[in-house]
Amino acid sequence: MALKVSELKVGDTYSECLVEDLKRTQIVQYAGSSGDYNPLHTDEVFTTKVAGYPSVFAHGMLTMGMTGRMVTNYVGDGRLTKYGVRFTNQVWPGDTLNSTATVESVENNIVRLALETKNQDGATVLSGYAEARVDD
Amino acid sequence: MAVEKFPVEASHILMFARSIGDDNQIYYDADYAAGTEPGGIIAPPTFAQSSAQFDPNYFLRPKIGEDWFGSGKEPTGVKKKEGGSGGGGGGGGGLHAEQHFEYHRHLNPGDVLTGETKPGKTWEKESKRAGKLVFSESVTEYRDQNGELVITATGVGVRTERPVDQ
Repeated sequence: MALKVSELKVGDTYSECLVEDLKRTQIVQYAGSSGDYNPLHTDEVFTTKVAGYPSVFAHGMLTMGMTGRMVTNYVGDGRLTKYGVRFTNQVWPGDTLNSTATVESVENNIVRLALETKNQDGATVLSGYAEARVDD
Repeated sequence: MAVEKFPVEASHILMFARSIGDDNQIYYDADYAAGTEPGGIIAPPTFAQSSAQFDPNYFLRPKIGEDWFGSGKEPTGVKKKEGGSGGGGGGGGGLHAEQHFEYHRHLNPGDVLTGETKPGKTWEKESKRAGKLVFSESVTEYRDQNGELVITATGVGVRTERPVDQ
């Protein structure tokens, strides 16, 4: 499963589709598992009438969690040493997200990846980085 | 946020993995996990975020006997509109701008963590889509039952002057 230094080169990419047609129910699932019950994510009435958004939207951390799945599928389980992201656009019910990791460097058995998750319109919803241990 | 006792449990890891659409067996199948490099079930990389479940004062969870700002009969359960002043924060304490994790080791069921959070930097920025943005950083150190640092989590929240233009 784990990546090998000898098989990696700068510019290599790995991509996955994270979700197709994101459902409100999945956002509810994430609220329940994470404990973040902010109504902005699950309460359409509050979010449209009080907060002023067109609909509920996903927790940033749901997008980070799904992007993390792509990363661990690539680097292997238990290999991550760092993982950080910036949320650049909101993710809405109905969105389809694709995520790509690009190798930025491989040094001292650590691979550094640039991460980008985009929606169906090509807008970046998350950008970030990850570092993981790789084998000789 | 301070969490005095965050027990990492297998069923919570299973539910968390399901919620992010991750069916990797290492998150729920102990027999499978025993044969992997980590040697047992581990938690997904962003699992530490669910420490909110164990923060007694976490403000984004309804509490018994207290007002809740989500809708019931009315669009919001609080008379004084918290969301009004915070704009895009929507009364929810703002939006999540960034999140960073540093893993000193990965979490296993049976770990019992503490989380101590300290405020970090704050800064402001003008944005076309949401007016004035006020960013604030917080750094949480998660330690295990032996006092060892296992995860350092840095979150950045942002309060917007108005809802983000779409």
